[in-house]
Amino acid sequence: MYQYDKYDQQMVDTRVAEFRDQVERRLAGELTEDQFKPLRLMNGLYLQLHAYMLRVAIPYGTLNSKQMRMLGHIARKYDRDYGHFTTRQNIQYNWIKLEDAPDILADLASVEMHAIQTSGNCIRNISSDQYAGAAADEIADPRPWAEILRQWSSFHPEFSYLPRKFKIAVIASDEDRAAMRLHDIGIQLVHKDGELGAKFYVGGGMGRTPMIAPEIRDFVPADELISYAEACLRVYNRYGRRDNKYKARIKILVHELGKEEYTRQVEEEFAHMKTLGLNPPVEELARIAEYFADPAFDINASDDLDLSDPDFNLWVDQNTVAHKQPGYAIATISLKPKSGIPGDASSAQIDLMADLAEQYSFDEMRVTHSQNIVLPHVKKSDLYALWQKLDEAGLAPANLDLITDSIACPGLDYCSLANARSIPLAQKISERFADLGRQRELGELKLKISGCINACGHHHAGHIGILGVDRKGTENYQLLLGGSAAEDTSLAKITGPGFDEDGVIDAIETVTDLYLKERQEDERFIDTYRRVGMAAFKEAIYG
Amino acid sequence: MKILTGNDLKTGDVTWWTGNDWSRHVEDAVDVGENFEAILHEEEAARRVNVPYAIEAEMTEDGPRPAHIKDRVRALGPTVRPDLTLKPADPEAGNWVI
Repeated sequence: MYQYDKYDQQMVDTRVAEFRDQVERRLAGELTEDQFKPLRLMNGLYLQLHAYMLRVAIPYGTLNSKQMRMLGHIARKYDRDYGHFTTRQNIQYNWIKLEDAPDILADLASVEMHAIQTSGNCIRNISSDQYAGAAADEIADPRPWAEILRQWSSFHPEFSYLPRKFKIAVIASDEDRAAMRLHDIGIQLVHKDGELGAKFYVGGGMGRTPMIAPEIRDFVPADELISYAEACLRVYNRYGRRDNKYKARIKILVHELGKEEYTRQVEEEFAHMKTLGLNPPVEELARIAEYFADPAFDINASDDLDLSDPDFNLWVDQNTVAHKQPGYAIATISLKPKSGIPGDASSAQIDLMADLAEQYSFDEMRVTHSQNIVLPHVKKSDLYALWQKLDEAGLAPANLDLITDSIACPGLDYCSLANARSIPLAQKISERFADLGRQRELGELKLKISGCINACGHHHAGHIGILGVDRKGTENYQLLLGGSAAEDTSLAKITGPGFDEDGVIDAIETVTDLYLKERQEDERFIDTYRRVGMAAFKEAIYG
Repeated sequence: MKILTGNDLKTGDVTWWTGNDWSRHVEDAVDVGENFEAILHEEEAARRVNVPYAIEAEMTEDGPRPAHIKDRVRALGPTVRPDLTLKPADPEAGNWVI
């Protein structure tokens, strides 16, 4: 994992001191809320439905045990004993006191963490593949590039006041586990003629106007990746709309200019930038890459696994995937228990996950955009002991990528932007489909729930998506089908008129029943939907 | 009726205007009619509340209840965590929210 150098630490410490002074001035009445609001937002502090909310950045979702324990400490000391892992691989605390915020940021800084750029019209936390550095199918480790992008984008003076927020994802495999093409910039590391480089997709996003990012460059040499990203941002910063926040994201610019014209301008800017010599020094790239060297794997580790315990067998089958190193597996801890709140973890659970990562995963964890936690490097011979400890703590649902592994935004229970609650739906769906045999019969099924059109719950990208709306003061839920955030990225379509809470769950059951009836061979839900088409599903739902 | 709400500056707690102070309990809220701008201005300037605003409400046997679901959720707490609401010991406390 990357470790702060003196510059990183000094920047974060200085920001804590600056924010402490700003909070004191706000509490003393020297700053009005209008003056203070942009300052607190620059430090991830929102004012939400019930209290201040602090969003803490977890760079590309990667953290170590010491950092995870600090997240547990903050939950215990300053919040109400839990945290919420988000769809941006971050964590949020819902009950923060303004007067505590500087101390929390100081605590975070002590473990090389912060909340900078988790709000505002700037480049947000870089996201990546949760299996980075461990996946059997990656062509390179995307984390060094995510880290370089993090350093480049942190406090970047030119990009601190963009037309709108900006999200970048980096992956390094053909399988997309990071919703890459639904980001403002999606970067896929690729090889061309033996050279490492990047494919660039620009102009994707969800929100009220969902769009899939088109590919604008099939290969940028790796050492020019930052310059190319900068060229993409410069064109956006210059021409992105600032007159209407709903049309200010780069996806609108790319759409309105057209991919070809946007690309032409980026290429022109890139050609100019290449004359300036702004590529990061090769030595710096190498220095950063060193932090992501493989841990000391046991090269004699065995692939043998005793699967005689049927519950353990199910968990291994569902929640672990192939590791690049023989004798190891990538294990996902599901934060989606029956009736639970997707992404929530108590301080005790956070501490336990930190302990288990230290004991079984070379001190490393990843937060996934699906609101789960990954232990990336677990020796197969340790899996049973790990599973037993997870099971004791209620952290072993064997439901990864199944219907109850739903994504849900905080919704109207916490969020001041929401129009309807998301969490109760996720809970009731987890109860309706509680039978694991039934879930496994349905197979991979990505269910995603948003409480408003801002789409933090990724409903556009759900095989089944749910969008909560306000219909004359009552909650109403639209059902969507056919979305995907994977390499076969697609946007879900609304089935028809909305439902109340029970009605939409009934409709989901109708839809899954039809899938089972129509399924051919090993088709996933999304495959059957694409083959059969919306009409048959609409007919089943609405008659 | 119209009632005033905002958040406590230091703690962020949801608060309601009682006529001379701010309470965490919506039952304490009073009807401010249409002449509330001066109260909002004065109370925010005095830092007794953060970003206050007026909302529609109706009077019930149990006291004022916000008209909109969002304000009703604010008034009690998250519906999915009864243990974190203002009345954690009363399972019926949230019956009026949704």
